[in-house]
Amino acid sequence: MSTTRAGTVTGGPSPRTRPPGRRPVARGQGAVVCAVSLGGGAGAAARYGAGLLWPAPAGAFPWTTFLINVVGCALIGVLLTVIGELAAPHRLLRPFLGTGVLGGFTTFSTYAVDVQRLTEDGHVATALAYLAATLLAALAAVWAASAATRAVLLRRSAR
Amino acid sequence: MNWLLVLAGAMAGAPLRYLTDRAVQARHDSVFPWGTFAVNVAGSLLLGILTAAAPSRLQLLLGTGLCGALTTYSTFSYETLTLAREGARGYAVANAALSVVCGLGAAFAGVALGRGLWG
Repeated sequence: MSTTRAGTVTGGPSPRTRPPGRRPVARGQGAVVCAVSLGGGAGAAARYGAGLLWPAPAGAFPWTTFLINVVGCALIGVLLTVIGELAAPHRLLRPFLGTGVLGGFTTFSTYAVDVQRLTEDGHVATALAYLAATLLAALAAVWAASAATRAVLLRRSAR
Repeated sequence: MNWLLVLAGAMAGAPLRYLTDRAVQARHDSVFPWGTFAVNVAGSLLLGILTAAAPSRLQLLLGTGLCGALTTYSTFSYETLTLAREGARGYAVANAALSVVCGLGAAFAGVALGRGLWG
């Protein structure tokens, strides 16, 4: 990672000398960035498809986005708990499935803008219910899924 | 065509989230997940601008695709859970509250900005 410092140590010319701590964040990240990109495309396509299958009527509670976010949170709870227990997880597993697929599947921006739209259209009660229900259900889902996965893994390893 | 627009936007948005998160997290020492907070607020602002009146194809590419993949609920909730588990309950509550309040504020501001921009 620290090619700049290695170049300085060996006394060789360092064509890309930068102040320490300001190395570009993308360096050495090619494979990870590709995995995140491919996963993100797949997750977003699944979200878009779900929206086409179950479109939310204007003014109604946005069930599709609500369920996408809650299911995505449960899945990341399972995924990251399993990865945390693996001795040597593949280095692209978390970027692809976690950051990519589940990150692309769930969305914060649609959640925020849906609340804005419901409020502006006068459906204030629905907007507040959606606002609170998504937050509480998402946090409950990630906690419950993670705890359940941990319990299952513990029971397995105890055998 | 619509699927391709969503795919193209998302394939840029997800790595943009990853790289932004790395850049932000490398610049502070606190346990607060500022990286995810930043992408969620920025994405909510941009989606607000777009939904105000952008052409539908632009909405698919930059809205459903880019903003949808740039922002994330799963990482937000997992990071909140991690903070709570590691004893940083105050940070967990602050992360949830700040993300929701600032994300919403950004969405409202984005729509207002978008009306000025597209209208």
